[in-house]
Amino acid sequence: MNRHTGLRNLRGWLRGTWQEWRSAELRVLAAALVVAVAAVAAVGFFTDRVDRGMADQAASLLGGDLAITSRSPVPDEWVDEARERGLQSVRSAALPSVLFGADDQSRLSSLRAVDPDWPLVGEARIRDPYGQEHTITHGPEPGEAWLEGALLNDLGLEPGDTVTVGRRDLEITAVLTLEPDRGSALTDLAPRLMLAYEDLESTELIGPGSRVNYQFYLSGIDSVVEAYTDWLEPRLEPGQRIQGLEDAAPELRAAVERAERFLGLASLMAVLLAGAAIAVAAHHFAQRRADSAAIMRALGASARRVLAVYFGRVLLVAVIASLIGLALGFLAQFVLSALLGDWLDGDLPPPGLRPVVAGLGVGLITAAGFALPAMLRIGQVPPLRVLRRDIGLPSASVWLSGALAVAAFGALLWWQAADPQLALWVLLGTAGALLILGLLGAALVLAVRPLRDRGGIALRFGLANLSRRGGLSAVQLVAFSVGILALLLLAIVRVDLLEAWDASIPEDAPNHFYVNIQPGEQEPLADRMEEAGLERPQMDPMIRGRLVAINDLPVGPGDFDDERTRRLLDREFNLSYADEPPEHNPVVEGHWTLDQPESDGLSVEAGLMERLELELGDSLTFRIGGRAVRGSITNVREVNWDSFRVNFFVTGAPALLDEQPRTYITAFRLPEDMRDAQSRWLRDFPAVTAIDVSAILERVRDIIEQATRAVEYVFLFTLVAGLTVLFAAVQATRDVRRREAALLRTLGARRRDIRNALLAEFGTLGFLAGLLAAIIATVIGALLAWQVFDFDYRVNPMTFVYGIGGGTLGIALAGWLGTRRVLDQAPLTVLRGPE
Amino acid sequence: MDASSQAVLEATDLHQRVEGPSGTLDILRGVSLAVNPGETVAILGASGSGKSTLLGLLAGLDAPSGGEVRLLGQTISELDEDGRAALRAGRVGFVFQSFQLLPALSALENVLLPLELNPEHEAQSGAELTRRANEALDRVGLAQRARHYPHQLSGGEQQRVAIARAIVDHPAILFADEPTGNLDGRTGEPIIEHLFALAHDAEPGRTPTALLLVTHDPELASRCDRIIRIQDGVLA
Repeated sequence: MNRHTGLRNLRGWLRGTWQEWRSAELRVLAAALVVAVAAVAAVGFFTDRVDRGMADQAASLLGGDLAITSRSPVPDEWVDEARERGLQSVRSAALPSVLFGADDQSRLSSLRAVDPDWPLVGEARIRDPYGQEHTITHGPEPGEAWLEGALLNDLGLEPGDTVTVGRRDLEITAVLTLEPDRGSALTDLAPRLMLAYEDLESTELIGPGSRVNYQFYLSGIDSVVEAYTDWLEPRLEPGQRIQGLEDAAPELRAAVERAERFLGLASLMAVLLAGAAIAVAAHHFAQRRADSAAIMRALGASARRVLAVYFGRVLLVAVIASLIGLALGFLAQFVLSALLGDWLDGDLPPPGLRPVVAGLGVGLITAAGFALPAMLRIGQVPPLRVLRRDIGLPSASVWLSGALAVAAFGALLWWQAADPQLALWVLLGTAGALLILGLLGAALVLAVRPLRDRGGIALRFGLANLSRRGGLSAVQLVAFSVGILALLLLAIVRVDLLEAWDASIPEDAPNHFYVNIQPGEQEPLADRMEEAGLERPQMDPMIRGRLVAINDLPVGPGDFDDERTRRLLDREFNLSYADEPPEHNPVVEGHWTLDQPESDGLSVEAGLMERLELELGDSLTFRIGGRAVRGSITNVREVNWDSFRVNFFVTGAPALLDEQPRTYITAFRLPEDMRDAQSRWLRDFPAVTAIDVSAILERVRDIIEQATRAVEYVFLFTLVAGLTVLFAAVQATRDVRRREAALLRTLGARRRDIRNALLAEFGTLGFLAGLLAAIIATVIGALLAWQVFDFDYRVNPMTFVYGIGGGTLGIALAGWLGTRRVLDQAPLTVLRGPE
Repeated sequence: MDASSQAVLEATDLHQRVEGPSGTLDILRGVSLAVNPGETVAILGASGSGKSTLLGLLAGLDAPSGGEVRLLGQTISELDEDGRAALRAGRVGFVFQSFQLLPALSALENVLLPLELNPEHEAQSGAELTRRANEALDRVGLAQRARHYPHQLSGGEQQRVAIARAIVDHPAILFADEPTGNLDGRTGEPIIEHLFALAHDAEPGRTPTALLLVTHDPELASRCDRIIRIQDGVLA
């Protein structure tokens, strides 16, 4: 083939494609792809922005590109080495200390001494004595102190006053309003006083036994930071740890990653439904091109060439549709950002190009996976069809269609879930759910058959259409069910679950925790609280100890694979002791023998038993303040960690633990109008740290609300994709419907009869889809309540009202809109015979 | 009573003109005819002579460009689409070359259609209508296959169901368009027998059904009471 022939062929092919574009099947296919790509791209663009924002923020949260924490001062050798390699570095040290204010008021604070170049990454903010806010990139000067506002208030001090830190007087020159690399460790709950690193020694607070945490931050070119890490690692001693960007705010990162993954998977539901629409449209496309393909074959075109011509057209349409989908997705992500933007502080950076590639990939994979089987049929049309029109296309191989669709969807899942195991489970779960839905759908279609003989002609004809197109009806039923289910789950079940969750938290659930109550303070503090009108709070002893041996065999984090178990063993446990089992912790195994004199019994939480593979009678050894304490497990408690009460993993017999160094903890409900009273008694117990849980509760609710609203938004795409299945099915049956309508009119049917038949058909489909969706939504809601959230779930009749009502009306309306033109069909069409 | 008032179908000076890519095309040019109750009439013509177009106009399936059709005493051009449908319901039967059964409905349900579409039967019970549909199927020898769907029946059987559907409500006139066109001779013969027998086989007290048959087969046409030849849009 010379160049001119090639060009002419290409032009002819493009012209043919343009002609084809006028056909409804290609448009349905394109619309389905637009929806699928838009859903994936909206989520893709948004998560890309969040990821970039997280990377930017991680360095700022960490305090540098690399952070080293240490129990001892950072050796000068490290600082010199960093300087020689051209890295910027900053030292910092943090320790708790009680400060005294104007009238001998005292307050536990968290001191932090920093080098002048702090903060290495990001910006800090202070307020000067004139009330002006400043963004700064340096630490306090020697002789200066910056205090957080709360600390100033508690101490009754103002900027310009002097604060005594250990043996050193410092002048308060500013209020610290933002500390970018403030960690989330518990010691940091106390309000901050910041001073210059070189002043630290003169406070004389550093001595044997003082709890100082040293940090060393570095920043520079990635490769140099990596090389420095390699140099440093062999020099680390116990108690020294390197933290990289991936370690910054791990909880936030994990939560955001989970949410992103969920949004990604939710968007794939839209892709799956769009795939169903594409498959239906492609088969119809192939059906209608059978004559042209047969003529091409009769004139000598190879099967491969016929396939290339038609599949090429589908792919071209897929590329164009994907580009449109990308543009829509780009616009749609602004809504997602508005809904979820405050997951991160500050503005999100603009999205990158990765989602564009991903969106095009989704478009092409979906088009290929779901349309290829139909295209293969068109390539194999027998040329004899030009003589005998009753010879149809070779029938589609169910196995091939299924395998290609599963392969395409599986590939997308794998890529989106970024975890083969999760992808496999979601794929199996989806396949299982679709199979069950399909069977239920087919059963429901069969179940309504007897109604045919009871109703008039409209119901008979509508239901007859449903059962004759059994396969197509089941596909539509599944598609609508998934769409309606998604909405029901989010609109009703979510609200029910949230309400049930709220209801599961008793009215008098504690909203405040006090920790760090010193021995000897617990009774006077309880007295003060009782005097103020509160119920006398229960003070539980709290002892910090590290688990060092199980059955006298030493254990450490390295002995377990599970990340959470390793973390648990890497830090100190909070232990307690008690005579009586806590009211809200039922003993589920063994007996409570901790009240017996000389008892060395331990009561262990059920989850911890499982995690550490413990059994009744096993011994645990804890290292508490340098001494080993050994006890035996005599019973297992079940703990509801969401109860907002004081709970312990391990509670020991008083005989075993009451001599150990301890503080006390309590949880209680503080009425809103007693907050002022609280600050008065807290002033008298400066070491006590108050934690306000109501703010945390509020935040949890906010996050749930925000995340579900975002998922709701993504599921809207699923609903639209479900509607494209409806339109694909309507298009595929359009010719037959036209002929049937014409025939009915010939036999004397009025427009009303035909309209009612269409409404009966689509209304029944919507009714069944709504019923199916409501049943499944209720089951899912009950399972979630029972298995995940552990509370009773009541069936909400509104799930059925909205599901069935919305399904019937919505699908009837959409179906009628899609087919109403058959009413205008002239009866004369029947004389022309079937196509 | 004059002859025209007795006619079940009367066409006067019918014209049908369509706009095609190569200009205006006159398919029918001044056709007039009348069909009396119980009469069998064949319209005989070659392909493209306009006979199917004529059938469509006579049955009220399409509106003529000129002239007038009176079907069962009603002037068709005075009725809208729904009015024409109501006129046909239960009183006009059809048998088509391509059977035209509704594939979603069983043989019995296909035969039930005209009964259900005829408002006169609204008061009758479903069981009564079903009995009549079964009776019609019995008359074409298909009582055993009432529950079968069209795709489960042979071509000849499908056409017999179509005949049962056409005669079930004792229409005043039955239009048949090449009823054996899609069948071979051996299968076609019994169909024709049924068609003529059933059209003539009126119940006592009922006017026999008139039959208007469109065909290109002179032998089939010769079995009718009267033959009308059509050529190039005019009656020969």
